[in-house]
Amino acid sequence: MAQAESRLRVSDRDGVTTVEFVDRNILDEANIQAISEEISALIDRSESPKLLISFSNVDHLSSAALGALITINHRVRDREGQLRLANIDPQIYEVFVITRLNKLFEIHDTADEATASFA
Amino acid sequence: MDTNPTVIRDATRVELAKDRGLIDDVIERILGLATEHGFDAGSAFAIRLAIEEAITNAFVHGHSTMPPDSTVTVDYRVSDRSVDVAVEDRGPGFDPERLPDPTEEENLSKPSGRGVMLMRAYMSEVVFNDSGNRVRLTYRREC
Repeated sequence: MAQAESRLRVSDRDGVTTVEFVDRNILDEANIQAISEEISALIDRSESPKLLISFSNVDHLSSAALGALITINHRVRDREGQLRLANIDPQIYEVFVITRLNKLFEIHDTADEATASFA
Repeated sequence: MDTNPTVIRDATRVELAKDRGLIDDVIERILGLATEHGFDAGSAFAIRLAIEEAITNAFVHGHSTMPPDSTVTVDYRVSDRSVDVAVEDRGPGFDPERLPDPTEEENLSKPSGRGVMLMRAYMSEVVFNDSGNRVRLTYRREC
């Protein structure tokens, strides 16, 4: 059976897995579920995963996408890993501020800053 | 009928099946009209987010006990002064006043419960009908 087309671009460098989104809008429930499962599989590949999620291509996200990020954060912590978010558009960052999720996640302006922050 | 604050007079009405293409079409139509009426990109971001949350809530929560082919009704009217959108599901409704505050410390790491809060944060006005199965979103141009 053919695999569903990935909605992510994944790269590994210096022990850090970086994930970028193919889609500009992270809104659709089914799409979010697929993305969440794909990232969960990446987390489960290693002990103490270092995961960087870059939002450089993303224009819109929904509360369902925020929920998926929270679930991903739990999964990373369960495996004693570290999660960083980066390259978030100012309008989307405001969504994190309004929901106070900027307190829950470690967010950096750029992917380079986020990569350098891993312990 | 006009005493119901969630009713939009002279609205365009669309019946939506749970189909991403149809949902995107109606949101793009409303945002296209908003742009024609002079609403800027920041307004469009806010309006898109709120409509998305309302429609998701209608299908996911409103219709959780309904047949999967149940439709959601979207009414909209766009003018130079405001964008009004009402979203109605066919479910039993809920009490929006009983929703926990998702920004409280104990709720911060819960994966759901932010949709209504985001609608209220980004819209000028958010009104539910008495049974809680219809919400009217109003975005007014800043004077």
